[in-house]
Amino acid sequence: MAMTMVEKILAQASGQKAVKAGEVIEPKVSLAMSHENAALVINQFMEIYKDTGLKPKVWAPDKIAIIFDHRVPAESAKTATNQKKIREFVAAQKIKKFHDIRGDEGGICHQILPENGYVLPGTVVVGTDSHTTSHGALGAFSFGIGATEMASVWALGRVLNVEVPKTIKVVAKGRFGRYVLPKDFILYLIGKISAEGANFKVLEYHGPAIEKMPTSGRLTVANMSVEAGATSGIFPPDKETQRYLKEEAKVKGSIDIFGPDPEAEYDQVVEIDVSQLEPVVACPHTVDNVKPVSQVGRVRVNQIVIGSCTNGRLDDLAMAARILKGKKISRGVRMLIFPASFRIYQQALQLGYLADLIKAGAVIMNPGCGCCLGVHEGALGDNEVALSTTNRNFKGRMGNPKAEVYLCSPAVAAASALTGYITDPGKGGK
Amino acid sequence: MAKVVLKLGDDISTDIIYPGRFMATVLPAETTQYAFADLPEFNSKLRSGQVTPGSVIVAGKNFGCGSSREQAASTLKGYELIIVARNFARIFMQNAINLGLKLIVCPAIEAEEGDELELLPDKIIDKTSGREFQIEPLPKARQAIIDAGGLIAYTRERLLAPAATKKKK
Repeated sequence: MAMTMVEKILAQASGQKAVKAGEVIEPKVSLAMSHENAALVINQFMEIYKDTGLKPKVWAPDKIAIIFDHRVPAESAKTATNQKKIREFVAAQKIKKFHDIRGDEGGICHQILPENGYVLPGTVVVGTDSHTTSHGALGAFSFGIGATEMASVWALGRVLNVEVPKTIKVVAKGRFGRYVLPKDFILYLIGKISAEGANFKVLEYHGPAIEKMPTSGRLTVANMSVEAGATSGIFPPDKETQRYLKEEAKVKGSIDIFGPDPEAEYDQVVEIDVSQLEPVVACPHTVDNVKPVSQVGRVRVNQIVIGSCTNGRLDDLAMAARILKGKKISRGVRMLIFPASFRIYQQALQLGYLADLIKAGAVIMNPGCGCCLGVHEGALGDNEVALSTTNRNFKGRMGNPKAEVYLCSPAVAAASALTGYITDPGKGGK
Repeated sequence: MAKVVLKLGDDISTDIIYPGRFMATVLPAETTQYAFADLPEFNSKLRSGQVTPGSVIVAGKNFGCGSSREQAASTLKGYELIIVARNFARIFMQNAINLGLKLIVCPAIEAEEGDELELLPDKIIDKTSGREFQIEPLPKARQAIIDAGGLIAYTRERLLAPAATKKKK
């Protein structure tokens, strides 16, 4: 039976020869990731064991990852107490893949997992974070779940009652223009199929423009696949996947390359010629409200954010530094940079990118999610406008329902920092 | 009979249902105070006990899109609300089923605040407008969890009967 990527992975994880979209299975989990919401997972985990006479014990301490990133360093006593409770649980259960608030190994979960080689092609990854779709960039079936579902995974090592999803095949042809980035591609796709266009389905990426895309760009695309409603975004592992895992993530041993069967059945096929794309923005207050920068008019911005799990990687910071080097950001604009991990922070430091950005007027923040979801640093004032490389622009997202958030690529963000309004980096404003 | 206490549009995100800035609060018993915190009028109705359990929120497409935060489901469960929407985002739907929050998928629903609805297994009758709307069943994969009364109870059953875990379907 011909299978899609996700069907192949789920067949293997459920110990079957083949599975088909619509079947209900209970796949084994290779990696289970949580962040600060592990505090709630722990609560629900203990609840499961209550009155059973069994000792609460996670199924595999080496397959659980916990990364502090949402509110770091703690913004309140409540968060600090939750983080303390999680540290105690990590120690008691001997959880191995724990990344505390540290400059040598900390960062945002969706960068920590790939850069440490925790995610391998063909595996099932779950995370208590909707952007867990990111890890499909490495050929895993990776999806977000809630805290109670994670408690169940911690207990059993499986996700219960999973319906094998249908797959939408996305074929990207052509060549990206100089300032057209993977972020523009995924925003364009979301605009085209809508915020619910892939609901309960998987987006599987193919085509010459995908083959040439580095893993950092694939992580951006997979990350935002959830904004089209997708359960997961997935890239068939290839030579680039092998290069990333061996060279950057230091994975030892062989890495399998595989793809879907040629006769696999798809729900639909979407073709995009990336040569035709121009830089875009997602306008308030939905991610699918996507327009070319050339059509939004002169939108003044108060805060520019580059970073996060979506666009805080080294080439994102390099792009921003290249545009801003030797220049000054506009008065009236504040610019915040959130590297995706401290490893990236250190690399950007050594390569001089951070100095270029600081001299231009940007503020370098520590890796973290707080600003993107409005819980910690970088809140917006009433009627203010943010332009951000993060992943969501929902009303209230950056901590203020009276503010507006536009989403864009690092190139658009950097070019707009110079002019003070949303600017096409190819045209440089004015 | 169930009364519509709030009517919402499409793409109601978990940032609207439970704003991110309250995410440090995690325990279901404590999350209720922040339900729809950025809709202050409705939030205060909830907190002051003016909304009776079993009341209905009616919404459009893609209700619960965005974050996986389970607080968005637990805060609504805390008031025993029933959510009727044209469709739901995946993670929110799963969280709701796991916690026993009642969701109804009703692709053509149109109702106004104050309407009295009769909720039947296969359709909704709006007694105020006289209109009827068909219901779509929830994903069959999740029925066993609903039947067990939520995922905690269901997982507990599986832990105590480990043989079932190994059973192949």
